[in-house]
Amino acid sequence: MTKNPAIELRQISKSFGPVQANKDITIRVMPGTIHGIIGENGAGKSTLMSILYGFYKADAGEIFVDGKKISIPDSQAAIAAGIGMVFQHFKLVENFSVLENIILGAESGALLSPSLSKARAELAALAAEYELNVDPDSIIEDIGVGMQQRVEILKALYRQANILILDEPTGVLTPAEADQLFRILKRLREEGKTIILITHKLREIMDITDTVSVMRQGEMTATLRTDNTSPEDLAELMVGRKVLLRVDKTPAKPTKPVLEIQNLSMVDDFGVQRLKNINLTVKAGEILGIAGVAGNGQSELLQVLGGYSAATGIIKLNGSEIDLSTSVSGDGQARRALGMAHVPEDRQREGLIMDFMAWENAVFGYHREKSNQVNRFFMDNNAIRQETEEKMKRFDVRPPNPKLTAKNFSGGNQQKIVLAREIERNPDLLLVGQPTRGVDIGAIEFIHQQIVALRDQGKAILLISVELDEILSLSDRVLVMFDGAIMGERNPAKTNEKELGLLMAGVSEKAAQ
Amino acid sequence: MIDFLTLLQVLDSSLRLATPLLLVCLAGLFSERAGIFDIGLEGKLLAAAFVSAAFAAITGSVWLGLLAGILASIMLSLLHGLASITLRGDQIISGVAINFLAAGLTVVVAQDLFGQGGRTPPLKSGGRFEPINFPGATSSKGINDAGPLMQLYSELFSGHSLLVYVALLTVPLSWFILYKTRYGLRLRAVGENPAAVDTAGISVVGLRYSAVIIGGVLCGIAGAYIATSLQANFTKDMSAGRGFIALAALIFAKWRPWYALSACLLFGFFFAVDTRFQNILLPAWSLSGFLILIALGLLSYVWRKDYLDKVVLGGLALGISTIAIMIVFSVWNTGASSQIKIPVVFIQSLPYVLTVVVLAGFVGKAIPPRAGGQPYVKER
Repeated sequence: MTKNPAIELRQISKSFGPVQANKDITIRVMPGTIHGIIGENGAGKSTLMSILYGFYKADAGEIFVDGKKISIPDSQAAIAAGIGMVFQHFKLVENFSVLENIILGAESGALLSPSLSKARAELAALAAEYELNVDPDSIIEDIGVGMQQRVEILKALYRQANILILDEPTGVLTPAEADQLFRILKRLREEGKTIILITHKLREIMDITDTVSVMRQGEMTATLRTDNTSPEDLAELMVGRKVLLRVDKTPAKPTKPVLEIQNLSMVDDFGVQRLKNINLTVKAGEILGIAGVAGNGQSELLQVLGGYSAATGIIKLNGSEIDLSTSVSGDGQARRALGMAHVPEDRQREGLIMDFMAWENAVFGYHREKSNQVNRFFMDNNAIRQETEEKMKRFDVRPPNPKLTAKNFSGGNQQKIVLAREIERNPDLLLVGQPTRGVDIGAIEFIHQQIVALRDQGKAILLISVELDEILSLSDRVLVMFDGAIMGERNPAKTNEKELGLLMAGVSEKAAQ
Repeated sequence: MIDFLTLLQVLDSSLRLATPLLLVCLAGLFSERAGIFDIGLEGKLLAAAFVSAAFAAITGSVWLGLLAGILASIMLSLLHGLASITLRGDQIISGVAINFLAAGLTVVVAQDLFGQGGRTPPLKSGGRFEPINFPGATSSKGINDAGPLMQLYSELFSGHSLLVYVALLTVPLSWFILYKTRYGLRLRAVGENPAAVDTAGISVVGLRYSAVIIGGVLCGIAGAYIATSLQANFTKDMSAGRGFIALAALIFAKWRPWYALSACLLFGFFFAVDTRFQNILLPAWSLSGFLILIALGLLSYVWRKDYLDKVVLGGLALGISTIAIMIVFSVWNTGASSQIKIPVVFIQSLPYVLTVVVLAGFVGKAIPPRAGGQPYVKER
């Protein structure tokens, strides 16, 4: 007897206006397996899963669960069909307890207390069955992201989900937490649950899935057994051409110090100390990478360096001290004049003005330079537009149209515009935050090459990223940040993810060795 | 000194004046807990006051008046819901529009119906909510010699209109609904993170509409109360900013029902003081001492604040202490009466001054529902 697939999609199509997000997608996922869906940003993975969870209605196609055809008009129907979803951004009520979040929408009656006691008992049973221990009375905002994710998984299990969809689940986790998640997923598979894992990380696909589907530009390009494939093959299927997964670079030849930071500390508006006594040096001709889980002070460090948060301590650029207040003499303009360039973490909020055109965005921060002005009052817009177009071609921005507004470019192309603006000014120091967040593989390759090329010209680069792979492949030296402090320095050639992961989780130098 | 009976009478009238505030405050509480800011409480209150007075005047039945007032207020709530939930418009603008609509329409329609300069005719006995006297309460009313407990019973507890007791009962009821029922859990959740509610398979739109309708009912009762119980007819702008004061009380109360009761009673107390004591004589020494205390309080508040705060509030503190010193000086020098008469406008402005103080954030940190004011759009 052949088993029915736990879930089967046939010929699903969905368009948003002229954009076809999903084209004739067909997948079969067998029960008790982990199925990976991999693809670049905008390949249509999230749209497909939203259709499965009742957020969107497909234009055409059929959905079968356990061999029965069903329709999913809303999330209620998806839940009833045994589908549970763990979103990339958790859908939890931050000031509710774990228990309240779990029963929300699945209460057993109009009064709360019977629902709560029933859930408490069931939660204990689930915790024992799947080794998912969470304190039911803690408040969501007080627990870590790893725990919050468990709550999301428990929410789905409490609703008797047999099919669990996880959308980019490891984006916010430390390597250790990710390992823990994978153990939980394997355990769920043993218990007969079906898991669909959406990710852009090839390593995760290779580590944990049984089968994998690759999506490109709204189409399903292949479905393979994970044993029969390799990361290189998957990358090629995702992008549609051969991709270099490793960064090609020669050993660094660091010379004089460009950026020196001494005893840098910062307390935020709420009185929380975000940076604790940071000391570091970036030399010309090297890339210093700062690793860490998001929210451990990396953003604040970039904000202080970029001149939009005040701090105490000493920062020297090319030997001369920088004004650390946020007054005019210490602002981003003044620092740019000293040879600092900044590719901020959040390109849509800090790097670009989304409603402005590409050429306008390409001149921000440098609009006061003589070369961009006709006279004291007017900017030389034609020249800027022309220069921007050339720059866009050099940086492979598609389409290279300087009059298009920033929001109309894809994430990768937006990032290239910011990068072009900052790199082409020939800075002595480049600050880069999350250079490839939300950027597709093809563009990642290009961006990494540009950063290495700048280093080879003898420039200093401070790279901050939550992607450990990126830190390890680009950096010449790696520092790990935890809770606002530097936990230690490692040589990327002589360390591994496990060692860095421990530092990222705040396990001290000694214990890590 | 104020005797016990006078104190009781002031508290009695505080309760009476706090009632509409309390109902409107709870209306705002339901709406804002669901993530819909409602600046149009004032307009709903006014509209309900007019419609209930008009219906009570025409039909002679206060119950029909109450019902009509509630319906009118619900209609405006639905209008607000349409603009801010369905059409995802700006909640502040929609609320302001409702306030204008009510301020204008009530007077125009009243003039057209009754021709009495934008007011409704005085309500006769059937058209009003009469005070309910508890058994045995009338005999001791207003009698100074009765025992304190008896006075408490007859002055404070007895003799209010039905709606006062309804308002008081609404507090535990709201608390129960909010914290002890499934509906309350969902309501609080939708004001904090509508996406969590949506992915749990519950309609965000449905929940939010239900919340604004509850708000409409409560505003309707409040409007009927001011026109058919507190007063005996509708007059132009009779809501007198109560909707806004209730909003301040809501912030003061940190969006919690029991806190709302205390906040509204405090505001009611200030109103009562204003109506009861038109001329207050205070000893000069205690007055200037009080002013200096306020100035010191301000100074300690701005101590760790920004430069601009220091300039503005420090200046205010300086002004207040100057007045205090001038009072002391003039009493000392001229030997004038050491009793200072507080101008009546100062007393009248007290509830409004308190509103400003509350809104300026002097009273602790109030964290509003996190999704408040934002229309919910499903994300991919």
